[in-house]
Amino acid sequence: MAEAEESPGDPGTASSRPLMRDLKAVGKKFMHVLYPRKSNTLLRDWDLWGPLILCVTLALMLQRDSVDSEKDGGPQFAEVFVIVWFGAVTITLNSKLLGGNISFFQSLCVLGYCILPLTVALLICRLVLLADPGPVNFMVRLFVVIVMFAWSIVASTAFLADSQPPNRRALAVYPVFLFYFVISWMILTFTPQ
Amino acid sequence: MASADDQAFHEFEEATNLLAETPDAATTSRSDQLTPQGHVAVAVGSGGSYGAEDEVEEESDKAALLQEKQQQQPGFWTFSYYQSFFDVDTSQVLNRIKGSLLPRPGHNFVRHHLRNRPDLYGPFWICATLAFVLAVTGNLTLVLAQRRDPSIHYSPQFHKVTVAGISIYCYAWLVPLALWGFLRWRKGVRERMGPYTFLETVCVYGYSLFVFIPMVVLWLIPVPWLQWLFGALALGLSATGLVFTLWPVVREDTRLVAMVLLSAVVLLHALLAVGCKLYFFQSLPPENVAPPPQITSLPSNIPLPPTLPKSMAPS
Repeated sequence: MAEAEESPGDPGTASSRPLMRDLKAVGKKFMHVLYPRKSNTLLRDWDLWGPLILCVTLALMLQRDSVDSEKDGGPQFAEVFVIVWFGAVTITLNSKLLGGNISFFQSLCVLGYCILPLTVALLICRLVLLADPGPVNFMVRLFVVIVMFAWSIVASTAFLADSQPPNRRALAVYPVFLFYFVISWMILTFTPQ
Repeated sequence: MASADDQAFHEFEEATNLLAETPDAATTSRSDQLTPQGHVAVAVGSGGSYGAEDEVEEESDKAALLQEKQQQQPGFWTFSYYQSFFDVDTSQVLNRIKGSLLPRPGHNFVRHHLRNRPDLYGPFWICATLAFVLAVTGNLTLVLAQRRDPSIHYSPQFHKVTVAGISIYCYAWLVPLALWGFLRWRKGVRERMGPYTFLETVCVYGYSLFVFIPMVVLWLIPVPWLQWLFGALALGLSATGLVFTLWPVVREDTRLVAMVLLSAVVLLHALLAVGCKLYFFQSLPPENVAPPPQITSLPSNIPLPPTLPKSMAPS
């Protein structure tokens, strides 16, 4: 994605410059998701590093301990991974089949980056769960998850809705709603054992 | 049977609806404008008994449309082939859902709502929604049960999502495949009305599953007789829709085959509903929170295999 511009006499910084550039690009996109505006940065310079980081973070924090019996319990690491990537691919295919003019990887990029609010929600939920459990605890978590879910939906539709003809917009947005709803559900029902 | 004026008016209404729904037929290369005029021309010119007439009209229209379709359909390896199955608007999908919720004896779902343009959007996303709603409400039921009775051990039970997904998708795609195969095999017995295409059968089944979504949500109410009542209502609506759609195709067959086929369809649908109720909403007996000692002797550094769908025996 980024080309390495190596200065010959400088082996120490040769690999850190493109790394910093990529990290800055990822960070810039995170900002764009948190404050969704009508800008094309996410679409133009798509990358999949951000979605990968977010997905791995989500899966690592959501997975259950191996001591649990495998029948009851939250999702395994692989299950979260599969749901996120398979879900994103399915939504992208759906959007393209309905006649949207967004490219495959652009759509994956947008959907992956818009998981950021929900990852923040998961972090907050884990912190809140350190306090003693009770109905107040649950209400706080529910409120946080709902707010972040709405944020994700607003952020992704700001980018994706324009790519569809107006009489099919709802058909393209509904699967996105379902996708983030499932992720929010996994976050809300997360209980550390 | 309908009189000449009713028939003509019905065809005009269909024609105007079709034209209104497809102002730009540019996405697919089928020229839909031909079809409504074809309908109108045949309806106005027909005379005599309409009992046999409308079947003949339908056959000839269907044959003309099929011919059109075959001329212009791209190969199955191209993307635009699959795009033709998603050529629906929001209003059309909502209209089809409404049609499946309110089955009427005269209105055949395939002819009236699909109008030779079956889509894959509805069946696919209705099945996905149903699978997730089943898993989520099953989980919620467990949470609410634990609220009332703290001795019940709560766990997220994520494997139920996998089971729900696989079973719903298998039902919604394999049963129409079997039905379509069976109808084609019996095609020789039937002279007048051809069987539905595979996609139309999948569409019928997919949209008929929609009524299960509110039924599953209403199953959160923990009153058993109310749950069975909702289940019966939803199953009745759904199965009625299926029967009304299949009846014109099956009625020319021998009585025995028709009855067996329709009762098999209704029975499978009932099995699905009852299976969902029993698996996802079973009332749990209070379990001990601490697992028995044999299980904890498993060393924790052995990675557990990924969960596969297993049949869960009620404990």
